[in-house]
Amino acid sequence: MWEYTDKVREHFLHPRNVGVLEDANAVGEVGSLTCGDALKLYLKINEAGVIEDARFQTFGCASAIASSSVLTELLKGKTIEEARRLTNKDIAADLGGLPKEKMHCSVMGQEALEAALADYLGEKAPAPAPEGALVCKCFGVYEGQIRRAIRENALKTVEEITDFTKAGGGCGDCTERLQAILDEELGRTAASTAAAGKKPLTNLERVKRVTQIMDEEIRPSLKKDSGDIDLVDIEGKTVIVALRGACKGCPVSHVTLTEFVQQRLRELVEPDITVREAGK
Amino acid sequence: MKPIYLDNNATTMVAPEVLDVMLPYFSELYGNPSSMHSFGGEVGVRLKEARATIAAHLGCRPDELIFTSCGTEGDNTAIRSALAAQPDKRHLITTRVEHPAVLSLARHLEEKEGYAVTSLGVDDKGRLDLEELSRAIRKETALVSVMYANNETGTLFPIPEIAALCRSRGVLLHTDAVQAVGKVPIDLSELPVDMLVLSGHKLHAPKGVGLLFVRKGTPFRPFLVGGHQERGRRAGTENTAGIIGLAKALSLSLANMAEENTRVKVLRDRLEAGLLASIPDSIVNGDPEHRLPNTSSIAFKFVEGEAILLMLDQYGICASSGSACTSGSLEPSHVLRAMGVPFTFAHGSIRFSLSRYTTDADVDLVLDKLPGIIETLRKMSPFSEDTVPTVACTCQ
Repeated sequence: MWEYTDKVREHFLHPRNVGVLEDANAVGEVGSLTCGDALKLYLKINEAGVIEDARFQTFGCASAIASSSVLTELLKGKTIEEARRLTNKDIAADLGGLPKEKMHCSVMGQEALEAALADYLGEKAPAPAPEGALVCKCFGVYEGQIRRAIRENALKTVEEITDFTKAGGGCGDCTERLQAILDEELGRTAASTAAAGKKPLTNLERVKRVTQIMDEEIRPSLKKDSGDIDLVDIEGKTVIVALRGACKGCPVSHVTLTEFVQQRLRELVEPDITVREAGK
Repeated sequence: MKPIYLDNNATTMVAPEVLDVMLPYFSELYGNPSSMHSFGGEVGVRLKEARATIAAHLGCRPDELIFTSCGTEGDNTAIRSALAAQPDKRHLITTRVEHPAVLSLARHLEEKEGYAVTSLGVDDKGRLDLEELSRAIRKETALVSVMYANNETGTLFPIPEIAALCRSRGVLLHTDAVQAVGKVPIDLSELPVDMLVLSGHKLHAPKGVGLLFVRKGTPFRPFLVGGHQERGRRAGTENTAGIIGLAKALSLSLANMAEENTRVKVLRDRLEAGLLASIPDSIVNGDPEHRLPNTSSIAFKFVEGEAILLMLDQYGICASSGSACTSGSLEPSHVLRAMGVPFTFAHGSIRFSLSRYTTDADVDLVLDKLPGIIETLRKMSPFSEDTVPTVACTCQ
């Protein structure tokens, strides 16, 4: 059982400002059904740059609904500049705190607000194409979001990163990467940056290392999701593979190939390796 | 507020008759059954009687039973024993939908101890493919571990067929029968499993007592080493009150088995049919044909399970969910994912598990309140049939 404050319960059971705002001129949408929570925030901003009305639609747990509800309350009457300064910490504080595992609900509120303001100002929304590489493939969390959460909330452990961003909360394959990002942010020197050998690899060394990483890391990871991959050939720095099992025919297999297989090989073998599927 | 308790696959109420027979063991009958004096010896005699009662109910010999502290201990002991007793066999077969007591151990054995593990998948109804199981067995397979009934969906695996297959191939079979014992008939004299695990608190006995059946002739290595209790197979002073209670609970559950499969099943079916009829976009998870009589896992599209549970909680209704937020993890239940339940449904899955103490009024209250709760949450949700979201899943 989650330990929610009375205010979280109150805003969950009696949420304020639920629904579509028909004359909204700023809409921000974050999250997805896959991830288990999503928030669509509607704002009506007047000519003076003041938020006149705010409404929301949320799919998610009690704390996601309560976070959305207090967010709309906090926003009403604020200028765009004031709204810009609102952070996830303000949302959590207004609720009297959130369980640490639920902090990502407040972060979702902040991200929806940013997306809505960007929408209003005609800027490129930060949410859909965040900076950096995709780190957590389970929840689609990018490096930029992780670094920001670490800085803004003074995070100290990988577990906290998961609480705030959900990264690492699925298969757990990215925890080493999260630790490395955390170490960098905390100014520590990463203990091991295995990649990028100083001397160029010979073809034989490359084949050996790619084979090793495929067998030890990539295949076991894909197998967890009932997928699999075979190494077909290595031509220069192009690794040719064949997808098997559930990966074969998976509509997003290209994401797995580039964001996971290629990414890991680039990190662990050589930074300019490319991966392609046999026959494509 | 008296709870409307529909979460009996999580734990059950201790039956009043069970509590009655246990109480003396907390007061006047506190002797150690291993003692030489007659004061302790009397407890030893009663323990022996309880063991004989349980053995008779399960269709096995008293010396084939090892009392444990819980289902998890039974599962861990069984699996580790089978592996330790056959050091030349380094392969384990299990399924993707096991309880964490088996699932996490299997993962640990694979990742930390170098065992090869085959995890069998299930189809969209949660069913195993016995052909696939047959193909997975190889000469270095030490053990097949398959649950009797799934805790989340109630789906029953065909353990008699699996047991026959394992026997014909000469490989040991362990089954986690924690959810099945007391709900469906099990006769170990007919069912050729080598090891079977049950837990007291799922059948109206208290928490803290469980049982591991090890068929005579099965190689065994103890997990807890110490005193001579359980003939050296499980050291530690016996949980006398718990064991006495377990014997009584098992007797009661057998006496009530017919009711479980008629009245309770009728209630479950009424609850399920009522919810499916009154709530659009709802589906039943699991195999409707081969299922525990008390369990219903229903998924509601476009809503999230934790929110449903907390709203039910307002009325004192206790259920559980396969959603991410309730599991303490961030992903929906491994069982629903293994079955390929779409994410649109998986997050909104609720499990109702009834017992012989469930009443018509309990079911009526859920039928009265839940449709409104789902409607409220759906109105709040940005998703609907018209706004089919972009799915950003990777290889699930």
